[in-house]
Amino acid sequence: MKLLPAIRRVSRAREFAIFLFLLAVYLLLFILKPQFRDPDKQLMVVRQFSWIAITAVGMTMVIITAGIDLSVGSVLALAACSMGKIVELGTMVNMSVGVAMAIAIGPVCGFLLVRYRIKAFWAVAAGVLIGGACGFLLLVYPVWAAVGLGLVVGAACGLLNGLAVTKLRIPPFIATLGMMGMARGMTYVITKGWYKNLPQHFVKFLGEGEALRVPVPVWIMAAVAVGGSILLRHTTTGRYIYAIGGNEEAARLSGIKVDRVKLAVYSLTGFLAALAGMIVAARSGSAQPTAGVGSELSVIAAVIVGGTSLMGGEGSVLGTVIGAAILGIIPCGLILFRFPAEWEYVAVGGVIIIAVALDQLKKR
Amino acid sequence: MHTPDAEKMSPELKQDGTAPAAEMRNISKAFPGVQALDGVDLKIWPGEVLALVGENGAGKSTLIKILCGAYHADEGEIYIRGQKVTIRSPQDARALGIVAIYQELSLFPNMSVAENILISRLPKRQRLPTVNWSRLRREARHALDTIGAPFDPSVRLGDLSVAGQQMVEIARAASSDARVMVMDEPTSALSEHEVETLFEIIATLKERGVAVIYITHRLEEVSQVADRITVLRDGKHVGDLPISEATKEKIVQMMVGRSLNLFPKEPAPIGEEVMRVENFSRKGAFSDISFSVKEGEILGVAGLMGAGRSEIARAIFGVDLKDSGDVFIGGQKVSINTPIDAIRSGLGLVPEDRKLQALVLSMAVRENITLAHLSDFAKSGIVSKAKERKDASQHVQELDIRTPTIEQKVANLSGGNQQKVVIAKWLGVKPKVLILDEPTRGIDVGAKAAIHSLMCKLAANGVGIVMISSELPEIMAMSDRIIVLHEGRITARLTREEATQDRIMMAATGG
Repeated sequence: MKLLPAIRRVSRAREFAIFLFLLAVYLLLFILKPQFRDPDKQLMVVRQFSWIAITAVGMTMVIITAGIDLSVGSVLALAACSMGKIVELGTMVNMSVGVAMAIAIGPVCGFLLVRYRIKAFWAVAAGVLIGGACGFLLLVYPVWAAVGLGLVVGAACGLLNGLAVTKLRIPPFIATLGMMGMARGMTYVITKGWYKNLPQHFVKFLGEGEALRVPVPVWIMAAVAVGGSILLRHTTTGRYIYAIGGNEEAARLSGIKVDRVKLAVYSLTGFLAALAGMIVAARSGSAQPTAGVGSELSVIAAVIVGGTSLMGGEGSVLGTVIGAAILGIIPCGLILFRFPAEWEYVAVGGVIIIAVALDQLKKR
Repeated sequence: MHTPDAEKMSPELKQDGTAPAAEMRNISKAFPGVQALDGVDLKIWPGEVLALVGENGAGKSTLIKILCGAYHADEGEIYIRGQKVTIRSPQDARALGIVAIYQELSLFPNMSVAENILISRLPKRQRLPTVNWSRLRREARHALDTIGAPFDPSVRLGDLSVAGQQMVEIARAASSDARVMVMDEPTSALSEHEVETLFEIIATLKERGVAVIYITHRLEEVSQVADRITVLRDGKHVGDLPISEATKEKIVQMMVGRSLNLFPKEPAPIGEEVMRVENFSRKGAFSDISFSVKEGEILGVAGLMGAGRSEIARAIFGVDLKDSGDVFIGGQKVSINTPIDAIRSGLGLVPEDRKLQALVLSMAVRENITLAHLSDFAKSGIVSKAKERKDASQHVQELDIRTPTIEQKVANLSGGNQQKVVIAKWLGVKPKVLILDEPTRGIDVGAKAAIHSLMCKLAANGVGIVMISSELPEIMAMSDRIIVLHEGRITARLTREEATQDRIMMAATGG
């Protein structure tokens, strides 16, 4: 009976314990609160934590390398407000940005082609499709060019973080703390404190849009989670990430390009933070310079509750998503039970401590 | 072999009525899936040095941990100075005067020597809860003098050498009135000179009537320092030997249960020059180092600790910088600035400290074995776990790595098997030259022999081997040629026939 060993393997998995916890909370709400049983309501809850989960996927990888990124909240805002600024500057600027990005995409794709040795036919076909779609999108809805730029801004901030950590040898805590301040500062510089209302269709699509009754941000979260999980578990880069966190010196001596992997991880996190920023901006209808303040702690909390160790070397995307879900479902539960909103912070803090304590107990 | 109950009633006494400092009778302990100890006896007299030897997994650590209160025996009794005792915790053990000094020192590098010695009983001023620093210094000085350690008690512990820190740990144990001291592999990080100092300290302890249980894999030391030997194998007590009767062969036979050839050297066919190093220098570490290795050859690199051997290996491998120097592989000059360059040029490095430098302890055996050339198992970046498993299983079988599965976390393996995993990792990149830095340090005889025969097999396959070792018997038995380093310079080049212990030691000490 091959089922039994499989069950045993699953139950021993680190994520199983927090999954049970999540399930318990879910069932509690399901049974006691009829309002919770509405699937649309549940999806709304998922939409609410989706942007945290997206950022947390990147943060998971950073923490597995025994690093940390405190700047995600600020980068989120900077990316959103950069996009807002471009929109504000008018359609012409938007279009030029779009064209510039289209021109830049060429070399990037070419590089990827060579690196992964994709057959020429498929590469050209994919290029035509993607190029065509992007071109159409940019012409009809120029705001997407601004979105693209925002994502690039996020990735660039991440890259700067990575360079500070690898080339300047600044400890990640310090490097990203600095970026946190600088990015937030730049956000205020760009917006001068004002927020920018965003085009309707963008808000409708990203903020309220649904496909198959599932909100768009949830689809994005799923895609990011699946992609991140594949990266960590099945690619060489993923293995190198775990190795660097487990023993950086041994990784280096085994011929792993430690600096390059770290750069990739921090850049990816910056990109994902920017993506989250777009979602946040779409939901609120405007690009606000105060977006994401304090969110780095929620993101890190989701990763920790998900079973990733701050010491590095272990962790998973699945655990992080479950962690984000737990931290997302708690405030919802509190509201349903008519607790005053202030209790949310107490509850979330308590959950973090309980989750990590359970994990520590399991280790003994 | 169980003695009848009547004789178990009272502890064994000497003719003059002195009781053993410690006696463990019929100790058994089981863990899930394995019987770690089965009816083991151990007896040590005051002022005696008892060597406790056995392969990894023989049960030495378990036995000691029971004595020190970290574990609880399932069966058996413990007698201290003739009285039956129950040791429930490390505090109980310490109260009875049992102290253990492990390889991983349990000291505080950020505090001073004096604070370290007296950390559990800092002298306080009367009436005030503040530390009496002058009394602290005085008592620490006294403790250090007892064992003949020369340093200043106010020195920061972390600034001392490993040997110095170890002396502080011994001083701490001695000053807390320990009657039984357990030393676990105390010489693994010490130079020859420091080992001698340690032996002098042990002699002082003996005079004071302290009983010392000495655990080691280095059988040469046993004859120098011990009075008796107790041998364990597979959790059972094989027997005791007075030192006068203990020959190395006899000890190994008792440990392993069969005769073992520790140095299975089979001269391999020696081919062309495969690596040449010229004019390697780095200010403060080594200067003007030039040597070459041929296919199938084992080049032994001898010298004292601190002579610069590991530094040279790391510089060749691109881990550390060098001021000048060239490397030629197969006659071609290669530029090596990072470990990746080295691996691509056909080099492999088994580093000195496997836990810190070579293994990712949290990852599985399979993952560690494939780490140095993971891209060979991946297509477009995606790793094929099936290919990995096949490769890792092959290596595990070839090298006889004892592990329940290839998914076992490497941290759970014994030292010898961990080292085999490291070697398997480097075999995977199919190097032309393999540099091994202290390959058998801290490993039991069985695994040592296995690693030696592995080296010979590699050499037979045409790999050039550079073996850095501080163990003279190993250098002399395994090398085809030997270079000796002293303070960063090569002081001797010897062939296998020319090498004698004296010549190597002379060159190593600069004579």
